Amino acid sequence: MAGPKSSKPASSATTEAVSSLWKSYTEQTPDRLKFIDAFLVFIILSGVTQFLYCVLVTNFPFNAFLAGFSSSVGQFVLTASLRSQVNPENRSEFKEVSPERAFADFALGSIVLHFFVYNFLG
Amino acid sequence: MTEAYPLPSHLSPATVANTASLLRIVALALISGAAIASRLFAVVNFESIIHEFDPWFNYRATKVLASQGFYEFWNWFDPTAWYPLGRVVGGTIYPGLMATSGVIYNFLHALNLPVDIRNVCVLLAPGFSALTAWATYMFTKELKDESAGLLAAAFIGIVPGYISRSVAGSYDNEAIAIFLLMFTFFSWIKALKQGSAFFGTIAAVFYFYMVAAWGGYVFITNMIPLHALVLLLMGRFTSRLYVAYSSWYAIGTLASMQVPFVGFQPVRTSEHMAALGVFGLLQIVAFAQLVRAHLSSKQFQNLLFVSVIAAGILGALGIVGATYKGWIAPWTGRFYSLWDTGYAKKYIPIIASVSEHQPTAWPSFFMDLHFLMFLFPAGVILCFREFRDEHLFVIIYSLMASYFAGVMVRLMLTLTPVVCVSAAVALSTLLDTYLDPKEPDTANDSNNESDAGTVASNGASTSAATSSSKKTKKDKEKVAQAPAGGALGNLVTGVASSAVAAKKGEKAFAAKGIFGLDTRFAVLINVLGMLFFFVVHSTWVTSNAYSSPSVVLASHNPDGSQNIIDDFREAYYWLRQNTAETAVVMSWWDYGYQIAGMADRPTLVDNNTWNNTHIATVGKAMSSSEEVAYPILRKHDVDYVLVIFGGLVGYSGDDINKFLWMVRIAQGVWPDEIQEPNYFTATGEYRVDDQASHAMKNSLMYKMSYYRFAELFGGSQAQDRVRGQIMPQTGPTLDCLGAYYFDYSSFLQVLMRFRAEEAFTSENWIVRIYEVKKEDLLGRDLKSANAFEQGKKRKRTKPLSRRKAIV
Repeated sequence: MAGPKSSKPASSATTEAVSSLWKSYTEQTPDRLKFIDAFLVFIILSGVTQFLYCVLVTNFPFNAFLAGFSSSVGQFVLTASLRSQVNPENRSEFKEVSPERAFADFALGSIVLHFFVYNFLG
Repeated sequence: MTEAYPLPSHLSPATVANTASLLRIVALALISGAAIASRLFAVVNFESIIHEFDPWFNYRATKVLASQGFYEFWNWFDPTAWYPLGRVVGGTIYPGLMATSGVIYNFLHALNLPVDIRNVCVLLAPGFSALTAWATYMFTKELKDESAGLLAAAFIGIVPGYISRSVAGSYDNEAIAIFLLMFTFFSWIKALKQGSAFFGTIAAVFYFYMVAAWGGYVFITNMIPLHALVLLLMGRFTSRLYVAYSSWYAIGTLASMQVPFVGFQPVRTSEHMAALGVFGLLQIVAFAQLVRAHLSSKQFQNLLFVSVIAAGILGALGIVGATYKGWIAPWTGRFYSLWDTGYAKKYIPIIASVSEHQPTAWPSFFMDLHFLMFLFPAGVILCFREFRDEHLFVIIYSLMASYFAGVMVRLMLTLTPVVCVSAAVALSTLLDTYLDPKEPDTANDSNNESDAGTVASNGASTSAATSSSKKTKKDKEKVAQAPAGGALGNLVTGVASSAVAAKKGEKAFAAKGIFGLDTRFAVLINVLGMLFFFVVHSTWVTSNAYSSPSVVLASHNPDGSQNIIDDFREAYYWLRQNTAETAVVMSWWDYGYQIAGMADRPTLVDNNTWNNTHIATVGKAMSSSEEVAYPILRKHDVDYVLVIFGGLVGYSGDDINKFLWMVRIAQGVWPDEIQEPNYFTATGEYRVDDQASHAMKNSLMYKMSYYRFAELFGGSQAQDRVRGQIMPQTGPTLDCLGAYYFDYSSFLQVLMRFRAEEAFTSENWIVRIYEVKKEDLLGRDLKSANAFEQGKKRKRTKPLSRRKAIV
């Protein structure tokens, strides 16, 4: 199935899938979630930049790199958690977590995370 | 609706609920009291003293923390340990325990309660055991209900398997670690259930505390990812799992790196890679879920196919690259010895030489857990019936912990909580079934379905004996709609078949349920009997086996009165009072912490066994002849050599019994000079009498242990009580350590425990200390100098005074 013949239709199907994914995303996602997603993209860019710097230039203050990178990763997952908690489609899963509580959790988690980040920067 | 016994029906549900919650609080308070009180045997029978070996170091470090403050403690370099190397204490310990005591100490002093730091340290473990009982209650409550939680709290409060590490005075990391373990697991379960980042953060913070407190944190580091992975593989991925795991891992891992002793290990060593891998996997799965929500299934499959291949290639390249570059350290020896029990003995004798790293003997399971041991599997099976995410956690935990407890004695400690939890679930299910007053309805098919539901609800209903019939009626309605669980009798048939059976007709369900009071009493009295024996057993084991400080020994006279053997402290006190403050004491590493803590003298090696070569050097000095050992001693500035000798009182934990480990460890570093077989007789026996091998008889350890031992018996046969061997009449001579300087012989009238020697009178020579002679002033070797002195002595009628011989 991985012959040269089948690869072309597969790749075209992939691009089609990606484009329909994008279309569906832009149409169906509420604006609040898009706002969160924009923040997520920013965090990914910041994390990738730090990682590339570490790989390509130096990892010298390794704890500083770890702190910065963990800050990106941690903030990303906390924000992603917030996103899934406030997502109306997940309402049935998070019976005990209201959107307000989700934001409070998010804030607390971020504070604790950045306390350790600050401590680890050195 | 018939009932086996009447329940008061005029109580309002609010009254019942309030009374039940009050009773729970009272019960928890009493459990805490029992947990603390049963750990005080050690203080009552002996005194408020720090126990064993490691606690002495923790105590010493805590004293530094309390007297000089946190920063001094953090930067503490201890030049007296591992002489002449020294030890960076702040960076090589888990500071959680000391920090906890320091906080308590400062808090009490801020309240103007001048409590001695020693008492804080002694009573820390009992105090935390009460907290452990509470954490176990919370954990079990999430699994089943409050009554199971109370049972679990009562079990963990007095179970000997946990008491063994947490009696008063046992001031070790485990004292607080088990509480942290249970509370972290509780927060994890709670986070997973609610999908709450708040509880995820709490779990991470307590995980951080655990990392700071005990090396066993790796157990959590692997348990939670394993649980998440199993959930993932079972197709139970939910956004709640994502939230709980991600928040725990991201914060917890960063937090764990703040502990200097752990450092970068969480991103560098293999033990922590599982957690990282599951974290990455969860991100991918969560993203895939998000994509799937926006796509048709055909397109999603296309996309999934491409991305899975890409992710697979990337991941494989990443792991190969990281291992190739050496970014990920291989597994450590202690880890290998968990899987291959023979590994440590072959490659790292220092790990195998510790008695608590030995595989567990079968009787100790019963000794430590008593009847919980056979309720444990029943509880695990009951977990399969409801099988929510948290039940899966308990199942995985019990499997892993059972294995580890079989491999290493000390890991019995991690098994104990889960045994208590699942035994409590089993026992509480049994009690619920048999305390429920409802009689099964035999001949009534009009309300067939609801009655079947009632019967099935027996096991699952939360009502204990205190709850009213109104509550059970409510339960009945609920359960009739969705028969969640069955009675204990349904165990085999399970939920599905009971629901089917309910539809079939009277015959199927008529046989199920508890009839009459007699059956109820028969079971309940048995249960009460088991609980009673458990309490008796726990009390007995605690007072007899687990409360000995091992610094102070006790024996019993024939009339039952206690006899305290206090050789260790006397000897250490002697060192403290009679030797120079910089005098270096050499002993086997077991006693390093005690010498540092009680005698306050520099030691060559101690229980922080970080430098194998240094320990092997001491082992070599102990196991080779005086001529070989003397230069080693002089090079290390050793002033005194301390050995533990139990031959006189029958104290079996002495150095001659540990001697083979010294030989083995020395052999690991100097295989040409020290060979283990040389220390056995020709027939392969380990003997210390006149048949002992040449190497054995000439070893420093042998000579120091038995020097002048035969003289003590005044011409009659000298017997080594530990090994039960008759010693030769002429004991060994010492040249280089010549000056027989101190023998702590308290001349106690020890009436031995053995009946045969009931009236035997002896002195207990447990600690023997020798001074190392300096080089002879005239440049002679010490042997000839000694011979010369003795020759002179023989001509003179007056014996030479000891003091001259020392110089």
